[in-house]
Amino acid sequence: MKLPWGAATPLLLAALAGTTWASSAHNTDPQSNTNATNGTEGNSGLTSLPIVTWKWHHVEQPYLMALWVLVCWLCKLVFELNHKLTATIPESALLIFIGFVLGGMIWGADKAQTFTLTPVTFFYYLLPQIILDAGYFMPNKLFFGNMGAILTYAILGTVWNAVTVGLSLWGVYLGGIMGDLKINLLEFMLFGSLLSAVDPVAVLAVFEEVHVNEVLFILVFGESLLNDGVTVVLYNVCDAFVTLGADRINAVEIIKGIVSFLVVAFGGALVGVVFAVLLSLLTRCTKNIQIIEPGFIFIVSYLSYLTAEMLSLSSILAITFCGVCCQKYVNANMAESSVTTVRYAMKVFANGSETIIFVFLGISAIDPEIWVWNTAFILLTLVFVLVYRIIGVFALTWILNRFRLIPLEIIDQVVLSYGGLRGAVAYALAFMLDGNKVREKNLMISTTLIVVYFTVVLQGVTMKPLVTWLKVKRTSKTEVSLIEKLQNRAFDHILIAIEDISGQIGHNYMREKWNKFEEKWLRPILMKSSARKKQDQLFNVFHQLNLKDAMSYVTEGERCGSLAFVRSENNVNLDFKKKLASDISDIMPDINSDSSDTGPYTIPMTCIMQDNVPTVCLDVEEDMRGKSMRDTENINTHHVLQMHLYKARKQHRHRYSRKEMGLNKDENEVQEIFQRTMRNRLESFKSTKMGVTQSKKIKPAKKDQIPNGKHKTHSFEDADFSDDNVFSSDFAGGVASGGGGPTRLSIRSGGGIENPAFMPDVDHASPLHTPPWSAVVDDGVAPSQRAQVQLPWSPSNASRLTPLRISTRSNDSFILADRPTAQGEQPPPSQPKSTPK
Amino acid sequence: MGSSNSTLSKIPNLGRLIEETGFTPAHIKRLYKRFQALDKGNKGYLSPQDFGSVKELATNPIGDRIIGAFFSQGQETVDFHSFVRILAHFRPLDKNRAKRPDSPEPINSRISKLRFAFQLYDQDNDGKISRDELLQVLRTMLEMQVTEEQLESIADRTIQEADLDGDNAISFDEFRKSLEKVNIEHKMSSRFLH
Repeated sequence: MKLPWGAATPLLLAALAGTTWASSAHNTDPQSNTNATNGTEGNSGLTSLPIVTWKWHHVEQPYLMALWVLVCWLCKLVFELNHKLTATIPESALLIFIGFVLGGMIWGADKAQTFTLTPVTFFYYLLPQIILDAGYFMPNKLFFGNMGAILTYAILGTVWNAVTVGLSLWGVYLGGIMGDLKINLLEFMLFGSLLSAVDPVAVLAVFEEVHVNEVLFILVFGESLLNDGVTVVLYNVCDAFVTLGADRINAVEIIKGIVSFLVVAFGGALVGVVFAVLLSLLTRCTKNIQIIEPGFIFIVSYLSYLTAEMLSLSSILAITFCGVCCQKYVNANMAESSVTTVRYAMKVFANGSETIIFVFLGISAIDPEIWVWNTAFILLTLVFVLVYRIIGVFALTWILNRFRLIPLEIIDQVVLSYGGLRGAVAYALAFMLDGNKVREKNLMISTTLIVVYFTVVLQGVTMKPLVTWLKVKRTSKTEVSLIEKLQNRAFDHILIAIEDISGQIGHNYMREKWNKFEEKWLRPILMKSSARKKQDQLFNVFHQLNLKDAMSYVTEGERCGSLAFVRSENNVNLDFKKKLASDISDIMPDINSDSSDTGPYTIPMTCIMQDNVPTVCLDVEEDMRGKSMRDTENINTHHVLQMHLYKARKQHRHRYSRKEMGLNKDENEVQEIFQRTMRNRLESFKSTKMGVTQSKKIKPAKKDQIPNGKHKTHSFEDADFSDDNVFSSDFAGGVASGGGGPTRLSIRSGGGIENPAFMPDVDHASPLHTPPWSAVVDDGVAPSQRAQVQLPWSPSNASRLTPLRISTRSNDSFILADRPTAQGEQPPPSQPKSTPK
Repeated sequence: MGSSNSTLSKIPNLGRLIEETGFTPAHIKRLYKRFQALDKGNKGYLSPQDFGSVKELATNPIGDRIIGAFFSQGQETVDFHSFVRILAHFRPLDKNRAKRPDSPEPINSRISKLRFAFQLYDQDNDGKISRDELLQVLRTMLEMQVTEEQLESIADRTIQEADLDGDNAISFDEFRKSLEKVNIEHKMSSRFLH
């Protein structure tokens, strides 16, 4: 099995040929058909070097696979264009209809149905991801809270369905209504068992759109999920019985069958749990390979499925429980980005294969070969399936209600029984029937298809009106609120206390015990210690709410055009900015004329090279931009600054790396600190009410320097602000601890003394006549010291200044350090590299 | 320990209790046994110390408050009737029970469940959950790693969510409204065994 799907689907392979071309690409050119089918590529008699060759056979299998996936997804796309359509008819039904059309086209072209859903494809490549998705996103508390009911429906209900449908059909058959069929009792039972399962794919597709209340949903959904496992087991047992033959079945075999049923079901669940533990342990140590971290979830879960299959245990139950059990630990262990990735990838896979399944369910129908019509058999099956489902649900609910805290109402039971949709699992099982043993295989397939279509299409379409008509309690879409969360927690505590006081071991008591056990034993093993600390749910909700608020705050701010008010909360220096902004804006026109052609990318570099004074330039220039762009509000300067820097950050992302995504945690951050230093220093500078004249002087100097530093500038800009503030702050901390010591010394000693090597340059180009260094030397010391005094709120502040200081002391060395960047395409300058560690 | 058959006969005013709380005689019998088991020394009433003998309550963050809820203002004892009446708050709502217009609000109605929860916060019985009262509950219910400052901001936020009239406290009405969407009937109900 080299190719995931292609190799697995013998039927698909058998006639992969031109048919898809014909159907999917609407290309009915006979030439290409014959060409492909015969496998004769035009270049067999090679006379000269062909420039391009037609290698259809080379790519045939994967190509067809990809095309099919594309076609199926496109179908979905088409439906989703029309919301009215999907609001009335569930998507699953629409996809089946599209399948009919596609199937008709294939049949029209081929005169045979060459593409059908084969059990192997279905069970190995389409189903696992759907089940995993369901398990992984299972609302655990709800699921385990209703476990009793779910298991009752899933096991007893399914067995009930299988037995009654099988027996009833057999009874009717004996009555002679169906005419002459070659089916014996065991085969009827086999048929009953394959039809017994409510299909999770179909149920999800319908119920997700209906939004019934959560208890009802979890009952239907949990049942459909677990009973698939049960059905497959039941099917296998019956299948074995059929193979054995009726005469060899005695009590022992039947008991063996029951034992095997239990072992297979619970063994499967156990395999799932074991793999979930493995997976949780694994994600504890994937910190350093974060980028493929999400992959583990999929591959390990899939392995649990295959392992269970290998052990002939229930693979569906295995992957369900793997998902259910691992979700909590995996989500806590993995980085947030990985969790998001898993979440979305899971949905893509699940939704994708769901689409494919429904389309193929439609396509499979257009095949005259499988259609064997027996009105009595088909109709009776349909009736029995529906009736026994209803009887089963009502009977089981009656029993369950005696034990339930909140009894299920009649309405709920109606929806529950009406939600008994059959789906692809039944079809795949029917397809798997051995035609040699079961002589009426085709009749069974066609009956199954009819049942599937009837339930998915008719019941699916009518489900929504029914739910509305019965006024079933819906889920109200709630916003998380802190008080609710708090109160829910309080309720839990209250109930536990009440159970303690009244001295009974109830549901809450058990849950509390389990929680205690989980906290004491499982969490330390399965969860990272860092993740364990963040467990308090209430606090997490609070955190999330705050994040949301902050985001809307910022969005609002950006809409209004100023982020200043956001910053004002944590920026101590804002006052200075306000005060000085007007001063700065006064001088802007000059500067603008000077530097207008240098472009934004030159700014940081020149600033770095020129020490403290140009930091003012930086901001002033940005300020200018802000002015020209929009309002006169002085505080906007900062906003605009950020806007520009953000662009630079984005640009950085164009760089491709297989290992990193967007964020760069490496040396580049040093550069960011440079930039931050600029800002800090600027603020301290403003506070001294100076820099107005200096900035003017320096500007030209910047121009001068650009030729040398152009490339460097670029790389610097690349590196700068490539990340969020979070990064820089801890990074600054790192610098503080590591390189802070010696460099801080230099602050004291050499701070503010300009390197004469370049100062003449500055002077040269300067339109002003004041000797620059006199001013710089005098005032340059002051702000730097002041900066340390003024920003006491973070110990890293002083160290943030350090890289700049380095440049102050010897500008040349800095340029040197930077040179490799320009020439050798190596972003990390040697100096900063050493600083962070 | 009362002998099983004559248990019910020992309970005075049984009929009224059943009427009031909606418990079945079997429930009452079971609760009476429990009451007696808690009642160290057969005093005929329970004291806070009796509740203290329930080990699990000590590990319940709001266990003390719940114990406190059993004792009406200023009293140190709770007799069987009050005991059952408090527990009856947690009986699930019953739909089949004929709703007579003249009957008072049943003890297990949504509103009285909520009032019970409300009173756990409102320790000074002024009909409002003040910031301090909320903070106290939060302090007991949140784990150690949450700092006092965070607690305070959580409390502020919670009040802000619920507070409609801007008095920086949560009145019962506001409390009820803020929990409108919560399935109280489910979350404040326990299944009492027979």
